[in-house]
Amino acid sequence: MSTAYKVQINRKWCKNCGICLAFCPKNVFSFDEKKKLQIVNEIQCSGCLMCEKRCPDMCMKIIREEE
Amino acid sequence: MSYLDYIKEKQFPLFTCAGCTHGTVTNTFLRVADELKLDKENTVIVCAIGCAGRIPTFLDFNVLRVTHGRALAFATGVKLSRPDVKVIVFMGDGDAVAIGGNHFIHAARRNIDITAIISHNEIYGMTGGQYAPTTLQGFKATTAPYGMIEPAFDVCELAKGAGSTYVARSDVYHINHLHKVMKNALTHKGFSTLEVITSCPTQFGRRNKMADPIKLVERIRDITVTQTAAEKMSVEELKDKIVIGEFVKTERPELTEIYEEKLGKLRKN
Ligand SMILES: Cc1ncc(C[n+]2csc(CCOP(=O)(O)OP(=O)(O)O)c2C)c(N)n1
Ligand code: SF4
Ligand code: SF4
Repeated sequence: MSTAYKVQINRKWCKNCGICLAFCPKNVFSFDEKKKLQIVNEIQCSGCLMCEKRCPDMCMKIIREEE
Repeated sequence: MSYLDYIKEKQFPLFTCAGCTHGTVTNTFLRVADELKLDKENTVIVCAIGCAGRIPTFLDFNVLRVTHGRALAFATGVKLSRPDVKVIVFMGDGDAVAIGGNHFIHAARRNIDITAIISHNEIYGMTGGQYAPTTLQGFKATTAPYGMIEPAFDVCELAKGAGSTYVARSDVYHINHLHKVMKNALTHKGFSTLEVITSCPTQFGRRNKMADPIKLVERIRDITVTQTAAEKMSVEELKDKIVIGEFVKTERPELTEIYEEKLGKLRKN
């Protein structure tokens, strides 16, 4: 059994500030050409919750999944 | 329960600008509230004017929003009339130590059981970027277009001097540290002061070549040092740094307890 994490962004609240992206130790996020937040590397997520805890808009959620 | 059970979800998204880390303080507060199982019915949040002061109106507690600078005065009234209720005050740095400085020192002196959470963004955000008494020398504001010339207040030293029985400083980069001290501040009996270094990209960042919210949080990461690290640093090395940690943790008779005891005695006579 291994642990995987699902990254969920509440788009209705997200302001694309990039704070989650900037301090993610696993480079899970990136900006697209319009500076909109994208999840590009979900598989690398280690579940540290740094994005979820720093998000000023309470719109990031990391879900732990046992496989 | 989840930390989001403590917000008024229908009113979201928050009114704040993109990357305004006053919201990060809220995020941490909600997590701590969830961990402590704060009872919504028995908790009063008092706040006033300013961006930091407006955020609590989006939270699902008993929220009392009052005139600028007077949150602690109203909170004192709430706590004295209902000592059984948990009272938490959210303020901006302008709200707390400019217009509200007098209320702040006296609440600390009285050691009334209130937790004051002060979001220090070095500027008056809501009113368009005037300098605050916490703006560091050299930084620009609408009222300091060539850079701030006055020395800044050290909010924690002020709280300490005035008699606050719990005094701590943290910031929105060191998020686990913030969580820990927020929990300690909220469970301390007596007047507790928690100063949190936050960032205002719109009014502070734009004027100081850090319009990108990420740059401001990187700056916070780079200028903050822990108490333990600071002990090994010289005065010169600490010149442009902000020390985070718990500076005071002490006990002193609490105002509402002294008051209730006095009342009890007077009633007997
Ligand atoms: C009695 C009074 N004086 C002045 C103002 C104008 N005013 C509103 S908010 C504010 C300062 C806001 O700065 P701060 O408290 O640091 O909060 P921020 O918006 O930066 O979060 C001022 C001066 C007011 N509303 N009431
Ligand atoms: S920190 Fe929050 S608001 Fe900012 S980009 Fe990430 S999810 Fe969106
Ligand atoms: S003006 Fe500054 S303090 Fe106010 S919401 Fe915008 S970024 Fe936050």
